[in-house]
Amino acid sequence: MIKSLASMKTGEAGTIKQLRGSGNIKHRLVDMGLVPGTFVRVMKFAPLGDPIEIKVKNFDLALRVSEAETIDIEVSQEA
Amino acid sequence: MSDQSTTSIRIALAGNPNCGKTTIFNNITGAKQHVGNYPGVTVEKKEGECTFSGKDLLFIDLPGTYSLTARSLDELVARNVIINDEPDVLVNVIDASNLERNLYLAAQLLELERPLVMALNMSDVAKEMGVHIDIKKLSELTGATIVETVGRNNVGTTELLQAVIDVAKEAKKPSATIDYGPELEPAIKDIVNELEKADTITYPLRWVAIKLLEADPDVIKKVKAFERTEAVLAKAEQWREELKDKVDLEIIFQEFRHSFAVATYNNAIKGTPKEIETRSDRIDKVLTHRIWGLPIFVFVMWLLFNLVNTIGAYPQGWIEDAFTALGDWAGAVIPEGQLNSLVVDGIIAGVGAVMSFVPLIVLLFLGIAFLEDTGYMARAAFVMDRIMRACGLHGKSFIPLLMGYGCSIPTIMGARILDNNRDRMITILVSQFMTCSARLPVYTLFIGAFFPVAQRGNVLAAIYFAGIVLAIVMAKIFRKFLFPGESEPFVMELPPYHMPTLKSVLMHMWERAFLYLKKAGTFILAASVLIWFLASYPQDVPMSQDFDAARDQVTQEYEARDNAILLQYGIATDEQKAPVMAMVDEMTAIQTEQDEAAAEEGEEEIGDEGLNGEAAATDEAATAEDANAAPEVPDYFHDLQVANADAFPVAWAIYLNNQEKDEAIGDLDQKESTEKLEGSYVASIGKFIEPVMRPLGFDWKMSVSLVTALAAKEVMVSTLGTIYSIAADEDNEQPLQVYLRQDPSFTPLVAVGLMMFVLIYPPCFAAMAVFKREAGGWGWLTFFVVYSTALAWVAAFIVYNGGRLLGFH
Repeated sequence: MIKSLASMKTGEAGTIKQLRGSGNIKHRLVDMGLVPGTFVRVMKFAPLGDPIEIKVKNFDLALRVSEAETIDIEVSQEA
Repeated sequence: MSDQSTTSIRIALAGNPNCGKTTIFNNITGAKQHVGNYPGVTVEKKEGECTFSGKDLLFIDLPGTYSLTARSLDELVARNVIINDEPDVLVNVIDASNLERNLYLAAQLLELERPLVMALNMSDVAKEMGVHIDIKKLSELTGATIVETVGRNNVGTTELLQAVIDVAKEAKKPSATIDYGPELEPAIKDIVNELEKADTITYPLRWVAIKLLEADPDVIKKVKAFERTEAVLAKAEQWREELKDKVDLEIIFQEFRHSFAVATYNNAIKGTPKEIETRSDRIDKVLTHRIWGLPIFVFVMWLLFNLVNTIGAYPQGWIEDAFTALGDWAGAVIPEGQLNSLVVDGIIAGVGAVMSFVPLIVLLFLGIAFLEDTGYMARAAFVMDRIMRACGLHGKSFIPLLMGYGCSIPTIMGARILDNNRDRMITILVSQFMTCSARLPVYTLFIGAFFPVAQRGNVLAAIYFAGIVLAIVMAKIFRKFLFPGESEPFVMELPPYHMPTLKSVLMHMWERAFLYLKKAGTFILAASVLIWFLASYPQDVPMSQDFDAARDQVTQEYEARDNAILLQYGIATDEQKAPVMAMVDEMTAIQTEQDEAAAEEGEEEIGDEGLNGEAAATDEAATAEDANAAPEVPDYFHDLQVANADAFPVAWAIYLNNQEKDEAIGDLDQKESTEKLEGSYVASIGKFIEPVMRPLGFDWKMSVSLVTALAAKEVMVSTLGTIYSIAADEDNEQPLQVYLRQDPSFTPLVAVGLMMFVLIYPPCFAAMAVFKREAGGWGWLTFFVVYSTALAWVAAFIVYNGGRLLGFH
């Protein structure tokens, strides 16, 4: 099942399929290792529901929901 | 082995944020560091040196970055140092526990073709996590010399230095290259050919070719600056056109670099590390908990605020007291005159003002260094980002802004924790809206003078609230008009928690305090001397009377009265006089002690006192009425009276006479300083700007006090005191409040407008000095002063005229 990173639940994990954003945001995401084929897991949401914390390449990364919406994930592990 | 060549080796340290680069830098260079800024930008430049096996090593600590694009100032600065300065050796510090991501930066460093040493840092943590790195293999794959280090325990430092010297001697460029695949490689080779033909560019050619294909704006600009490069640029453009439909040119190069990092990582590690829950994950579960995350954050901020502003107030007070004492001493030693005044009121007061902020800065950066080094700072931003974003700010902005309720200086300096320059600039541009503690005495003065007790708390709260609203509105306006364009993504690493070393925290703290003293200190000192000059010159102000003569006259008059009293009691000889005079001295001493005790008590109650001035003011009136009746002997003279019943009446009479004399002379002193101030340049400025301030309902007195308050906000109280010829300072406001109420040009509405003006217009000179340093120059400082003064004027105008329309006065 493919869905955006922003709509995943805590504990769900999967592989990045596609980045739909552009410009600075896309570049920053790619520089942090969010390239297609990378495995990510949603660790938690901030107290106010935004930003999101994910684990990627064995480190923790925080990104805003608006940015996570541009990332499509092939979900492979349920929460 | 010690080759005694005198030339030094230049080394640049590169690496990801949080990889321990700074710890290694500190281990190597110790105290031999220079901190400054790169020319023209506010990116911090750190250099240091050391001597190892007979060689001088010069280290430059590059900004920590994840990549080397032209999209971030830090990254641009880092790569420009490498390609322009061509350091002899590039040391890439790598977090071994996070090898895969760190290799992405390494891939970009390889392309810059400098001799490369990799410091595989935190190798202990990596082993704990079950990551076993085959160093030989990694070295083969990257073509770099590799040294294992544990920066926290200073392990591997000598091995690293030895490797640096060896690599420098060989001057060997790394052999590994990144393969960009069958579609891109022909394009790269073609452009390299073209670059070779031009033969003018001094940068690594393959790197330039790749960057041209990436359409890197900075590299394009650099290439244009060289001769005979038109063909190169045309070729690159032609290839981009050709490739753009086949590949995603925007990220294809980054993807290949990641592939290189992933392949290198997979080949260099033995065994597969498991996805395990680390201790850091467990700590994080509590600190960023859905429900407890915010309360914990609030508590941490409360601790930090109190560390800086409550605990910091003690050493700040000691430093101020010490400088006051120094001023008193110098005032007594240096002969009376202009030099005395310059040294005491100008220089010592100025240096004192500079030094008194040092404890606040030291404590703030002690706190910030601890929060940053432990890893909590990133979590604070994570927790607060949603709220701060609604205000047009970044999650991390909260911390420096909160400090602003103590003092604006830590806010402006603390904004350095923001990585993005736009966020940092917006944060410091709205810093003054956080009411600093020096403005509190100004508010309590006016609120106490013009508002009934029941309303005072509300008025004060309204002013603080107005500051917050203004900060939000202005932050949004600045974001939209001053720093427009694509918004910076909030993509932030949450580094693993760890206990910082005492050394790193202390070094961080020392750096800030030093920066403050070095750059801001001189400016503040100069400004203090300027304000002193404006308030005390010209010296030959025409006076309404000869005050020295008047004082002499008063002294003679009261001496005559003393003698009359003594005669009345039949005392003529010096032997008879001596015990009486001794008793008078004793009474004076007791009175002074009593006054000091009362003042101290008052200080302790300062919180209430400011808002309960009404009662005290009534007392004042009552005392004034009593003045005509014969004064009663106060209780604390009772012992003296009993012990010496015969001599007491005469001593008491002389004591009263002395008190009256002191008061008369005090009045003359006050009148003289009022006239002096009225004739000074400061007053001229106040009168000059009065027409501009008229529409706000401010007269020249308020204008003058606003000018002197630029030195420091609490100075406004003492200036008004001088103008109204009454001794007042921030600790003793009530008598002044009575005078303010009696002045017809002062109304509650004017007072509110004045408080709004004080809230918005530039904070003290010290803050402006720090602002200039941190914002990067006079242009920004000018903008800041102009915008905040204009906004202050508009706000006060709206308050005053709007208030009058609504029927207030």
